[in-house]
Amino acid sequence: MIQASPAKITIRALRVFHGQEESLRGISLDIPANQVLGIIGPSGAGKTTFLRALNRLNDLVPDMHAEGQILLDGKDIYHPACDVVALRKRVGMLFALPVALPMSIYENVVYGPRLSGVRKKTHLDEVVERSLKAAFLWDEVKDRLRMSGLRLSGGQQQRLCLARVLAMEELEVILLDEPCSGLDPISTSKIEDALTILKERYTIILVTNNTKQAARVADETAFFLMGDMVEYGLTEKIFTVPDDKRTNDYVTGRFG
Amino acid sequence: MKFNGENIAKYALMTVAFSAVASLLLIAVFIFKEGLPFMMKVGLKDFLFASDWDPLAGKFGIYPMIVASLWVTFGAMLIGAPLGIAGAIFLNEFAPPMMMKIIKPTIELLAGIPSVVFGFLGVMVLAPWIRATLGGPGLSVLAASIILGIMVLPTVLSISIDAIASVPNSYREGALALGATRWQSVYMVTIKAARSGIIASIILAMGRALGETMAVIMVAGNTVKVPHAVTDPVRTLTANIALEMANATGMAREALFATGIVLFMVIMVLNGIALSAIKGKARKK
Ligand SMILES: Nc1ncnc2c1ncn2[C@@H]1O[C@H](COP(=O)(O)OP(=O)(O)O)[C@@H](O)[C@H]1O
Ligand SMILES: [Mg+2]
Repeated sequence: MIQASPAKITIRALRVFHGQEESLRGISLDIPANQVLGIIGPSGAGKTTFLRALNRLNDLVPDMHAEGQILLDGKDIYHPACDVVALRKRVGMLFALPVALPMSIYENVVYGPRLSGVRKKTHLDEVVERSLKAAFLWDEVKDRLRMSGLRLSGGQQQRLCLARVLAMEELEVILLDEPCSGLDPISTSKIEDALTILKERYTIILVTNNTKQAARVADETAFFLMGDMVEYGLTEKIFTVPDDKRTNDYVTGRFG
Repeated sequence: MKFNGENIAKYALMTVAFSAVASLLLIAVFIFKEGLPFMMKVGLKDFLFASDWDPLAGKFGIYPMIVASLWVTFGAMLIGAPLGIAGAIFLNEFAPPMMMKIIKPTIELLAGIPSVVFGFLGVMVLAPWIRATLGGPGLSVLAASIILGIMVLPTVLSISIDAIASVPNSYREGALALGATRWQSVYMVTIKAARSGIIASIILAMGRALGETMAVIMVAGNTVKVPHAVTDPVRTLTANIALEMANATGMAREALFATGIVLFMVIMVLNGIALSAIKGKARKK
């Protein structure tokens, strides 16, 4: 019922510990390519921990370790031979708080390509225009690309961060962690529009604290609660006839 | 007005605060009052840019001392700044947290070692070594630079550590999530974000190096001559004041106050730059 093609990301019995505390209690999930997977659930459910496991950003947190398997295109990303830096170029991430780097708008966007060794000015210019257009920011900043990225509004900075991710040539998967939680409605809808176009090229995983956003954007939705994945299925089903009572309570807003 | 406890405490504190400011102002006024007329008399050009210093013969050129102070300060920064900044980066970004807990207080303890002890080490160990390996008298620009470079390390290190530690973790993660290596995230993001604090640490250290007297007198050699090599002995502005004040009268005495004005101005300018670097950072946030 769900997909015919092999999964882009296969997750098997993923458990993540912060010290003694088990923050993810055995998640298994197949994430298909070229669609938006929405992840919903109350705060503390483990959504952020889950996303950060997928690009191994959790590695940086002291006292934290993961068990189980995550396969990207069939290859184990926790295998000792896996190149973490290369992985993060394929699996881009957008954070809840937009973090424009302390440099110009232009430099923010070309940060990734520069890391990969792209030097040619014409090429970089092209990347900047393409990425900013795809992030629906181009029209607002095209005349001031040399201005510091820190001087943009929060909503613009978040779209700048999206453009920065999109500028990476190796990009295949986009992780978004409550990307619109502090944003104005216009920026929010621009990001949502961008995602529905971008899924044709990329695999997108959108964590959101706004169930309506998941209903609008996600093709499939997973509901997380206290480290467990309670339910996973087509968005329509999750929001209308979920199997689990807790899911129903959460999506209808009858949940603490 | 009531004389209750609170009022008394308030006025007592106010008096103390005022006398602190007033005494500093008085010192500044006094130095200028003693030194400025002398500068007028001799002429700024003959005072700052003439190379003969012989108070008994009425020659008051402090050019060799200015050059010496600049060389020694610059040399100290050449040694202290890279060491201090590299150390701060290493401790913040790469070392296990335990190491920071041990090394930072140790380095700050260095700041408590009296300068005469640094000078003594310089005379006993460093100068003979320079004499033996590089020639010259040993007491030299180089000896003073090395000793001062070590003496300013705590300043550079602890301010740079604070500057780097205050860079939000989200900047680092933002860079790493884009496929930056640890080192790329450090030099393309962390150092950029901490730049103004790091600059401030260097400028404050410069002020310290320029003003240091005791250790410099002990290791710099104190010859009044424009240096041509780092192994040449020199006399800095501070050393000049300290060495000559015992038997200075009349014009010679005024000349030393005028030297004080020159030092005062240079350090004020450096501190001003440091302050605006720190403020510049605050404004950007
Ligand atoms: N750096 C950390 N150190 C310790 N515990 C953490 C850390 N990050 C998250 N946790 C714990 O992991 C659990 C899941 O957190 P998180 O993934 O942030 O949830 P969500 O994103 O769904 O709000 C929480 O119980 C939280 O206390
Ligand atoms: Mg979260």
